[in-house]
Amino acid sequence: MAVDLVDVHKHFGSVQAVRGVSLGIESGEIVALLGPNGAGKTTSIDMILGLSRPTSGAVSVYGIAPRQAISRGLVSAVMQTGGLLKDLTVAETLQYTASLFVDTEPTEEVLKRAGISGIADRMVGKCSGGEQQRLRFAMALLPDPELLVLDEPTTGMDVEGRRGFWAAIRQDAAKGRTVLFATHYLEEADAYADRIILLRHGKVVADGTAAQIKALSAGRTVRATLPGASRDELGALPGVDSVELRGDTVLIQARDSDEVARYLLSRTKAKDLEITARGIEEAFIALTGDGDDQAANTQGVLR
Amino acid sequence: MSSSVNPVAPDISQRRAPGLGGFNLTALGLEIRRFTRNRRTIIFALIVPIALFLLVGLNNKYVNQTDGEGNVSAFIMISISLYGAVLSTTAGGAMVSIERAAGWSRQLRLTPLSPAAYIVIKLLAAMVLGMVSVAAVFIIGSVTGKPVMPTGIWIASGLSVWVGSLVFAAFGLFLGYLLPTENVMQFLGLIVGLLGFAGGLFVPISQFPSVIQTIAKCTPLYGLNQLVHAPLLNQGVDWTWAVNVVIWLAIFAAGAIWRFRLDTGRV
Repeated sequence: MAVDLVDVHKHFGSVQAVRGVSLGIESGEIVALLGPNGAGKTTSIDMILGLSRPTSGAVSVYGIAPRQAISRGLVSAVMQTGGLLKDLTVAETLQYTASLFVDTEPTEEVLKRAGISGIADRMVGKCSGGEQQRLRFAMALLPDPELLVLDEPTTGMDVEGRRGFWAAIRQDAAKGRTVLFATHYLEEADAYADRIILLRHGKVVADGTAAQIKALSAGRTVRATLPGASRDELGALPGVDSVELRGDTVLIQARDSDEVARYLLSRTKAKDLEITARGIEEAFIALTGDGDDQAANTQGVLR
Repeated sequence: MSSSVNPVAPDISQRRAPGLGGFNLTALGLEIRRFTRNRRTIIFALIVPIALFLLVGLNNKYVNQTDGEGNVSAFIMISISLYGAVLSTTAGGAMVSIERAAGWSRQLRLTPLSPAAYIVIKLLAAMVLGMVSVAAVFIIGSVTGKPVMPTGIWIASGLSVWVGSLVFAAFGLFLGYLLPTENVMQFLGLIVGLLGFAGGLFVPISQFPSVIQTIAKCTPLYGLNQLVHAPLLNQGVDWTWAVNVVIWLAIFAAGAIWRFRLDTGRV
């Protein structure tokens, strides 16, 4: 197991940033930690990297404590911002970082793989945001880590920079490196991860392959007026994700909306029936948004 | 993106952590190279002490007046080299504030470098800067031929100035961890100037009123200033000077460790 979190909690004073997260990541997986700001992504990643300790629960990386895994060069990370000295050149930053590890890849090699060979002698302070992010990526590649952790790596990049950055990561991951990245861009998780873990309010609300998440988002909402509807009866229909009752109105999230519509019109007194498509964004909002209990209902489906 | 999940756990037994907590000379060398690129450290380490010596130390009045085993010009050179060394090591240590502001200290925690090894690198780099500063003033002094003292005293004075400036490398680290931003570098000249004045570096404290003298004797540069001039003056060493140095070293080191722990504990 590359990463293993068991019932991890992290409190900052009265703020509960992570509330009982358990998850395992196998070697070779490319996993997205997806969620809105404040969902607990960065806090979880900090604990995986040994930058902070859980209030309770256990975190291990390749079966050892995160700090030990870092010391042995098993894990590297590309953080969101900062972490660079303006008064060193790109190549010097890599030399400095490399000098701290036992075994590293050659500096020229990681420069090439990060696509910044041309700016090796440039001062870091003169590099663009995208170039600095590629430098962070090159630094992370130095120890040839088994696991690469990226915390919102493309924040603040333009579309072009984002595409180039992910192309480099994708090329690298093809060799079998385990990658865990946090993002709040749904498209990014969809495009680059094999598995998506959705976080909301410090809890895992969905955990599945990208395909499963897509299937979820491909569902439709069936809405009808049906006084005295039974949540249990409708929830038992095939392909139903969740059922919501608002007075006389029922809202059914379903992957097989035709079956639900057929049932409602032929077996109940439902009227005013509407079927609307649910976009991937809506699924994401439904799963991670505030004051909405659909997430809890959906969790069982995906896990 | 597609990749097959590898059911075989990677062999991590070949992976080792570095010895000495990651301490190495490449990192130390790059830290020193950073000083050469920082305008402020160059000004503190070289320009200020050399200019001060050229302005004050060459006066014929001082050259012709004997002082202990040499002349007053030598006495002044030692004072100014101490001032330069203290500015240098304080600035060198305080550069951690820039690294904290830039998130570099956090980045280093994603490497095998242990916090203790990092502190050792910072202290050694600060001491190298201090050594360069002392050497520069002494070389300029010897080139001008104005300061006069026996060779052994040149060496003893230079070494005691340099070793003593370790106290202020610790002081710099303490300030660097205490104050949150790059601003700390702007206050350094002022802080060290005040300490130098109180410690009798520029004006003998015997010229102060007696109450002020007592207070001045407790300030961090007083003991060190007395000790570094002891070889030249050859009038013995007062144990209270050494106590002053040891106590301030303990205070600054304890302060640096305390702030450092808070810094690495917080994420």
